[in-house]
Amino acid sequence: MSDTDKELRVSKIRDGTVIDHVTAGQALNVLAILGIDGSGGESVSVGMNVPSDKLGLKDVVKVEGRELSQSEVDVLSLIAPEATINIIREFDVIEKNRVERTDSVTGILVCPNHNCITNADEPVRTEFAVLDDGVRCSYCGTMVREGDVAEHIDTRGSGETDL
Amino acid sequence: MLRDHLISAAHLSRDDIEAVLDHAAAIDADPEIVHGRHAGRVLALCFFEPSTRTKMSFETAMKRLGGDTVDMGAVESSSVKKGESLADTVRVIEGYADALVLRHPSEGSAKLASEFVDVPLVNAGDGAGQHPSQTLLDLYTIRENAGLDDITVGIMGDLKYGRTVHSLAHALTEFDVRQHFISPESLRLPRNVRYDLHEAGAQVREHTDLDEVLPELDVLYVTRIQRERFPEEREYREVAGEYRIDNEVLASAPDDLSVMHPLPRVDEIAPEVDETTRAKYFDQAHNGVPVRMALLDGLLGGEA
Ligand SMILES: [Zn+2]
Repeated sequence: MSDTDKELRVSKIRDGTVIDHVTAGQALNVLAILGIDGSGGESVSVGMNVPSDKLGLKDVVKVEGRELSQSEVDVLSLIAPEATINIIREFDVIEKNRVERTDSVTGILVCPNHNCITNADEPVRTEFAVLDDGVRCSYCGTMVREGDVAEHIDTRGSGETDL
Repeated sequence: MLRDHLISAAHLSRDDIEAVLDHAAAIDADPEIVHGRHAGRVLALCFFEPSTRTKMSFETAMKRLGGDTVDMGAVESSSVKKGESLADTVRVIEGYADALVLRHPSEGSAKLASEFVDVPLVNAGDGAGQHPSQTLLDLYTIRENAGLDDITVGIMGDLKYGRTVHSLAHALTEFDVRQHFISPESLRLPRNVRYDLHEAGAQVREHTDLDEVLPELDVLYVTRIQRERFPEEREYREVAGEYRIDNEVLASAPDDLSVMHPLPRVDEIAPEVDETTRAKYFDQAHNGVPVRMALLDGLLGGEA
């Protein structure tokens, strides 16, 4: 029996997304990427440090009535490279995707350089190039190491930066 | 020739650089070759922080090409003061001009602005980021005095915040140049620049002491260490004092060393050095005009 099957039996969702095989300890960061802090009323369940054949321990995030944008998947790939995304309709997994590392991520991350133009009040989404060991702001060049990426997720409410 | 925006020296290939420098040399030798070429065209000068030198240099270059300039004026008296975004400001000014020159205190501002305009935009300094037109005139000066291949260049001073340093270091990786960086530990090159130099396969070494490398140098590029980089006056004085040069410091340097500085200087180069053949910083400043003429001519599509 796969990890997902075990998980889905615990608490099934009707329509939405199950993000499985999340690196243990990253579940709250996944919620931050999705811009979920509970205030939006979404039904969310989170499993932390769940035994996994593949990862030893893993986190699982289930969100009712929500699918992920490409930007969200791109950033997810940085903090949980082994994650799988299961799209659920009427309790069935209708689509299952691995996250893929991309060349760049837009929105969601905030540049740590306070003097970067993306932190001024300009009509721009952040953009980071993905390097071997982290990401780099396409505007000012500031680099963020892989392990520090989660600290720079935009937590100003929605996961997407407004244009 | 360049036909697009000029945002970062990292985007310049050796061919791009040599095309501008060759054209600048031709203009320097005979300014008549571009006489009146851009009559009726307008360059907009958008300086969000003061810079008399760079602004005048661009202004002179455009006028010598037969064109004219419009100046946004001081930020204090503009709509920026009222909270207008940079994106809006450049979109409005684009309507007045055939090209834009931008100086702005935030890193990445030139890239952002270039995304909102269709006319060519030149980055004339974005915070501690880049200053690529300065780099072109620096390279022109280095090429005139030492050539650009098989040379050793020392870059000294504030390497952390010095945008002229970041641009120059990127551009030098296109040539066969050994680069030495001399600074106090607290002002060493930022990580992203070191990363780029490493990726480019450049020969780079960092030092805290000029004496270690001075005898090997063909070029010594000095930059100012600013008071505001240090929390305490005493600490600033101590550090700045170690990176100041005079004829005594230069005693162990090769006779044909070229001393450069992006100017303005305060006291990091003693006036007595001005009288020696090593001093190239005033030539360097004068080179700004032919180099910017060549650059603007290329960006405005003036090549015959
Ligand atoms: Zn940035």
